[in-house]
Amino acid sequence: MNGHNRDFAPFVSHYPRARRRRRYDLDEEGAMAQMVSELVARPPIASSSSPAIELRDVTKRFRTPSGDIYTALRDLDITVAGGEFLSIVGPTGCGKSTTLGLISGLTPASSGEVLVLGTPVRGIGDNLGYVFQGDVLFPWKSVLGNVSAGLRFRGVSKKEANERAREWIAKVGLSGFEDRYPHQLSGGMRKRTALAQTLITSPEIILMDEPFSALDVQTRALMEDELLDLWSATSASVVFVTHDLEEAIALSDRVCVITAGPGTVKGVYEIDLPRPRHVAEIRFEPRFVDLYRDIWENLRDEVLVSYERAKQHV
Amino acid sequence: MSSVALDANVAAAKRKVRQHRRVVIALRIAFGVGLLGSWELLSRTKVIDPFFFGKPSDIGRVIWKWATVGTPDGPLWNQVWVTLEEALLGFLLGVIGGIVFGLALGRIRLLAEVLGPYIKAANSIPRVVLGSIFIIWLGLGLPSKVALAFVLVFFVVFFNAFQGVREVNEDVIANARILGANRRKVTTQVVLPSALTWIIASLHTSFGFALVGAVVGEFIGSIHGLGHLIAFAQGTFDTNAVFAAMFILAVIALVAEFLITSLENRLIKWRPNRRDEVAL
Repeated sequence: MNGHNRDFAPFVSHYPRARRRRRYDLDEEGAMAQMVSELVARPPIASSSSPAIELRDVTKRFRTPSGDIYTALRDLDITVAGGEFLSIVGPTGCGKSTTLGLISGLTPASSGEVLVLGTPVRGIGDNLGYVFQGDVLFPWKSVLGNVSAGLRFRGVSKKEANERAREWIAKVGLSGFEDRYPHQLSGGMRKRTALAQTLITSPEIILMDEPFSALDVQTRALMEDELLDLWSATSASVVFVTHDLEEAIALSDRVCVITAGPGTVKGVYEIDLPRPRHVAEIRFEPRFVDLYRDIWENLRDEVLVSYERAKQHV
Repeated sequence: MSSVALDANVAAAKRKVRQHRRVVIALRIAFGVGLLGSWELLSRTKVIDPFFFGKPSDIGRVIWKWATVGTPDGPLWNQVWVTLEEALLGFLLGVIGGIVFGLALGRIRLLAEVLGPYIKAANSIPRVVLGSIFIIWLGLGLPSKVALAFVLVFFVVFFNAFQGVREVNEDVIANARILGANRRKVTTQVVLPSALTWIIASLHTSFGFALVGAVVGEFIGSIHGLGHLIAFAQGTFDTNAVFAAMFILAVIALVAEFLITSLENRLIKWRPNRRDEVAL
């Protein structure tokens, strides 16, 4: 694809600009120094006082339908700085999504402390966005209705909400599709709508639960680039859950590896790749390959553990 | 493929669709004519006894007489209106009650746990029997029929609404909550629209039940209405009049079905079009 995906070109109004900017990503090593300086010039917008998200010694247990107690997370410690993009990777069933549930306030922790922007989480926070794994658009609302929903729920007038929704629809390249219903959109377009729906409330914390896992590979790379674009225009902190290590490295400032359930932190890796990044091409950088090897070394054991367990259950 | 050829293909496909529709309509008419024709024929040739089975031509004559001269109970339109009024009122109240209770029990777990067994018990009563009680309580007039139609409609709509609420995608609700919807907004702006597919599906069957309630109520005890006409015809062994009243009820049900379908199409126009596609 590499930007030549004609199917998507009409929907991505600002694509040429974004591409041009990424262009020098691919240039010879000469540009490397420039990029590094750019990376340094983009300070993590960490407020010096407190990190954006802090999980301290968090444990989460569930009661299974058969009455047993299942521990999803054990003694989890994660800190996310302001403006940081953190990915959480781990094998299936390690409690990645549960972690997002705890941060969002949708599910309370069994023990330990969850702090968002310095305050303990009690219920759902105001300045938080959550992009879900599945299709959670309101199927009875048009694209415009879906994108403006967050503002409408928060009491913004219909006129203003629609105006701002139109801006966001344009930002994610869906102008002209305002009146479509979700079932009339492709998977990628639905995800764009979901992104706009979340970002329109300008959350300071963005939680993403394998948002692109249902998309085909081309669309996925495109969406990842677009996500980085949109995010770089904000000061939001992102927690991105994925089982795809490549995706995690390509997008993040740091990657956090979680053990097979009960999940706990096994390792945290700084991703010192320069930004802006072009996710489809960054995979060929030698540094990317090194990082991948390092992290995979660590992740593999956990994947095997989880795989063995799954086999025993069958 | 050149666009001309493509246009020709599209035109051919459209023609095929139209042709298919014409064939279906023709077959429908042929089936109806065949059915009524053979009934008429068998009855005329005395293969089946006209006294017990009637005759389409005589049924038509009865309806014509009712419409022009009047029924034993008075003008036909009065009878139709009496039954329709009972059915409609019972239907409306039952639908509203069913939706309200369905939403409440679907959203408030404790309420569902406490009231669940009672509702199941109430549902298992053969509710037509309640007709007798309603007539004792409310008399021979409209209220007793409305009450019977209500209880018949209520449970159908209630169970569907309840199920619809329970089937709402948890993540869609979570999404709405994250986006800032409070509990009330989640109920009215997320759960209700989402359950609407289920609720509307129940309207199709429940209007039929409303008619059953009205007619059976009239049957048990009344002085007007189509049910009373049927009871009267039964008393005089007038098979054709029973069929005539049945036919009128069927027409009412068909019209109602048509109206409910258009309401459905209007309210849930966001739904993927499930109309069967004809292979092109």
